Amino acid sequence: MSESDTGVAIEGENPEEITDIDPEEDSDVERAAREIPPGRPLRVDDLRMEFGGLTAVDGAGFAIEEGSLTGLIGPNGAGKSTTFDCITGVHRPTGGSVKLHNEEITGLQPYEIAARGLVRTFQITRELQEMTVLENMLLAPRGQQGESLWRAVLPGVRRSVQAQERELRERAWETLEFFEIDHLAEEYAGNLSGGQRKLLEMARALLTDPEVVLLDEPLAGVNPTLERKLLERIDELREQGYTFLLVEHDMDVIMENCERVIVMHQGRVLADDAPAAIRENEQVIDAYLGANV
Amino acid sequence: MSSATERVAARLPDNDAVLILGVLFGLYVGFTVLGMALGLDIAGLASTLQRITFFAAVYALLALALNLQWGYAGLLNIGVAGFMAVGVYTMAMLTAPASPAAGGVPGLGLPLWVGVVGGMVAAALVGALAALPALRLKADYLAIVTLGLSEIIRLTYNSTTFQTFSIAGADLGTGASQGIQTPTNPVMALYYTTPSSPAAGKTGLGEAVFGFFKTLGLDEPVVVDWTYTIVLVIFVGLFYLLLTRVGNSPFGRVLKAIREDELVASSLGKNTNRFKIKTFMLGCALMGLGGILWQGSQQLVNPALFLPIITFYVFIALIIGGSGSNTGSVIGGALFAGLLFEGPTFVRRLVQQTVDLGGAPNTFTDAIAALGSLDVGPLLAYTLADVSSLRFVLVGVVLVYLVQNRPDGLLGHRKETAAAVSLARERTAAGQADGGETEVDDE
Amino acid sequence: MCTHIMGIAETYSRGRSVVAERPLTLLVAVVCVLLAVDLVSKLLGGSLSVLSLAVFLKDGLILGLVIGLAGVGLSMTYSILGFPNFAHGDYISSGAFAGWATTYVIAGFGTVSVGDLLLLGVSGDASAGSVGVSVVSTPLAVVAGLVMAVVFTIALTLLIDRLVYKPMRDQEGISLLIASVGVALALRYLIAFVFGTSRPGITGGSIPGIAVPGVGIRINAHEATLAICAIGLLVGVHVVLQYTKLGTAMRAMADNRDLARVTGIPTERVVRATWVIGGGLTGAAGYLITLETGTIAFDFGWVLLLLIFAAVILGGIGSVYGAMFGGLLIGLASTVSLVWIPSDFTTVAAFLVMIFMLLVKPSGLFGGVTTA
Repeated sequence: MSESDTGVAIEGENPEEITDIDPEEDSDVERAAREIPPGRPLRVDDLRMEFGGLTAVDGAGFAIEEGSLTGLIGPNGAGKSTTFDCITGVHRPTGGSVKLHNEEITGLQPYEIAARGLVRTFQITRELQEMTVLENMLLAPRGQQGESLWRAVLPGVRRSVQAQERELRERAWETLEFFEIDHLAEEYAGNLSGGQRKLLEMARALLTDPEVVLLDEPLAGVNPTLERKLLERIDELREQGYTFLLVEHDMDVIMENCERVIVMHQGRVLADDAPAAIRENEQVIDAYLGANV
Repeated sequence: MSSATERVAARLPDNDAVLILGVLFGLYVGFTVLGMALGLDIAGLASTLQRITFFAAVYALLALALNLQWGYAGLLNIGVAGFMAVGVYTMAMLTAPASPAAGGVPGLGLPLWVGVVGGMVAAALVGALAALPALRLKADYLAIVTLGLSEIIRLTYNSTTFQTFSIAGADLGTGASQGIQTPTNPVMALYYTTPSSPAAGKTGLGEAVFGFFKTLGLDEPVVVDWTYTIVLVIFVGLFYLLLTRVGNSPFGRVLKAIREDELVASSLGKNTNRFKIKTFMLGCALMGLGGILWQGSQQLVNPALFLPIITFYVFIALIIGGSGSNTGSVIGGALFAGLLFEGPTFVRRLVQQTVDLGGAPNTFTDAIAALGSLDVGPLLAYTLADVSSLRFVLVGVVLVYLVQNRPDGLLGHRKETAAAVSLARERTAAGQADGGETEVDDE
Repeated sequence: MCTHIMGIAETYSRGRSVVAERPLTLLVAVVCVLLAVDLVSKLLGGSLSVLSLAVFLKDGLILGLVIGLAGVGLSMTYSILGFPNFAHGDYISSGAFAGWATTYVIAGFGTVSVGDLLLLGVSGDASAGSVGVSVVSTPLAVVAGLVMAVVFTIALTLLIDRLVYKPMRDQEGISLLIASVGVALALRYLIAFVFGTSRPGITGGSIPGIAVPGVGIRINAHEATLAICAIGLLVGVHVVLQYTKLGTAMRAMADNRDLARVTGIPTERVVRATWVIGGGLTGAAGYLITLETGTIAFDFGWVLLLLIFAAVILGGIGSVYGAMFGGLLIGLASTVSLVWIPSDFTTVAAFLVMIFMLLVKPSGLFGGVTTA
């Protein structure tokens, strides 16, 4: 599976290979029902990102399937994190497009993208250290009435804000329980260990009710027990319909858990296939050897 | 030193009302002792304590407003004085009589409440004007832009171009450097039949209250001043309530997140710019109101009252108390007003009264020359005579000290949970007595 | 032919994208053009004389040089230390007071008591008339004063850095900014405490000048001194920063402090060098400004500070030529604007220019080029 050695968007060259289900077809019906449409919730085409003279992402393209766990790997500097940044609006890509359920989200602000159901975690965790774990969690839910200044303040209306807060509080506690960090709920996030922070960040991302979750090295620095727990959680969540894209350095994790793996190299997609096929792929091996891994 | 203050801070009681009252009580005791040492009579003491309370209240009001912007959202606004000026001037221009007495500045002659609301709205709009573009910029640029804006505002009010002018047939004016008259303080209406001329006669309440305080040796002006000061204290309470509600809500939670890491807030779907602009506008409106309550009560305002130094005073009050804490803002306002603002003049009066240092030399070099003959007196006398300059030096040194050693102030280390309800788990709370699931409705 | 058409199409589409993406830039450009057209029509119509325009231009250039010279030090410390130093204006005043006290003692020695001379007539019995300082009548005292202003300000900035900023090196720019506000207050009112708060004349005697042929304006010796010294100092600093290892190290630090440290640049030494160069320029600026304006007051540096910030931001933080250019622009804006607006708004006009610049191009005109 190495038709993408030219590095240009796979989609453009050979669409039917990747999209065996046309996302256009089913989604309209489904979207009318406000359900997650099957097929390809996230689709990236010919994505480019240049910083000054440096090209970090050079025409990457891929699509991920609903309810899947897709791995995104590549040697250091392959452009994985930059791709994440472009998808989530941290950077405005210099070219190409990103679609969430066929809706163009290229170049939108991070909050607009998150509000559409695509959230991410960061490679270096960015929990809010001076806020408690619960505060961190309660930041996440969408559509909070109390985020309107008037509702937060005016007597009377504030009652309904408080009612919603109580509801969200319960959901936050449940999610923390699910990640087994509920005992830390009232700690400041800054006091958490590295692994706990990873869990918190993932828990917080999930509380936004996302459809697609981008995880940037969620397992780095997490001990094996926790790691297993996290992967189990991801599996459970996939069954509930969440879609995951995972950047990870640990090949074994990727190969064992993902049903599909995208390999990036020098800002391009080098291969996009089942783990077994990736393992055999000469170019992937070369890329990693070339990068002295 | 820092660990000592740490210990003091740790021992502070948790009940905020007790804390605030304790600080006020401490100031009262201190100034009563100073006042008695100066030989003040009961009227003098009452008026001293009124002054302290007045300044404590106005600085608390402004520090609370600034805390919303800086403490909660991390927006460095060093144009506080400018937004105060917009509030006061708008109020004054809306309410000034359309045909003023000789030498007065014409206004629209609207009722006071219209003026107050108008002043707040105007301050908020000017705030939006500054915030909309500046929020895209780095924090230090926002600082420079707001400082520049506050000077633009002051220079505009100072300009003779707008001394008087007409818009759509209505005469208006700022009075330029002579300033503009503000409405008669409404508390006068409680006591006098004609608020603007006390001589015309008292109301029933006036007769009773003045009569009572007369027996204690307090004159009418002291009673009137105290009455207005109590109004200010009530406003401090209202500001506090409002801002605590803002802080303890999902809105406040987003502000806290923005302050810590804007990208996270944004990645969780929060339109951070909108939050920042709303916060900035609310803060500016409150600064406008603070300006109205303070300078608007003094019969006349002029541009010299809104120099950038006022902004720095408010900053120091906030930093003393601890930015991020509303209780800290109130305490900081009180401590600043008492210790840094009023304290030095009192100490001077006391020293001058108790120690005879002789006449102060005219110049610094004369004072230093006397040191040659081992006479410290002239230098001390010179120092005391020029204590107003040294007060600024003291303020500057305290600011540097605080930023270096206690950036959290007295209460900034306290982290109040930003939520509209207690976040304790319902299940566990239900097990306890009814205190568990408290409706922590705004403390 | 074909390429020609494509060129037009390209220009056209580029023009459209400018309209769409940079509406503010366009607005500013349109306003500038309109003002220029109006200026010419006023000149032709006779409502503005060539002479008054020439006076505006000369005053604007002199003020611009003053602001630019004062701005270079601020620009350097802003870019290398990472915070806007609000005490910069009071460094200017400090340098001026130290320098002029020296000048007065030398020039007036024997005629007025030393104690009064030291106080420059701000308080005490010395006066501009009795001491009679000018470049022409007491050149030695002026040179000595200038040197003293430089040396004193360097010492002062190093002392304050040691006491205030060094312990806070790791903190955010905002904390340093607030600390610098405290320093500014303390310095300004120490000057007020020692010297007093009046605003006396400082130079005396007649100051010769030369008439500029054709337009009928005069440039006096003090203005010429200021211009020559300012240009000389700026070129000198530029050369130092552009062609020495120190300059390279400063650029590296302005770019990324941590990276600079990791790559073995002695950051503390660079910081010290920054204060020495920046402080020296600032002291010289304070002295020369006073020479040119002929008056002194405890807060004159602070009053200038916002204009200086405006210039530095306009030119692009970290750029020496940018600060100079920004200064000239601000200087000209605040005098030439008199053509359209009353004189109490000239400062307002200058601040507005700064705020617009921040909106249109926050990195400044020479932005991106740091310390060059």
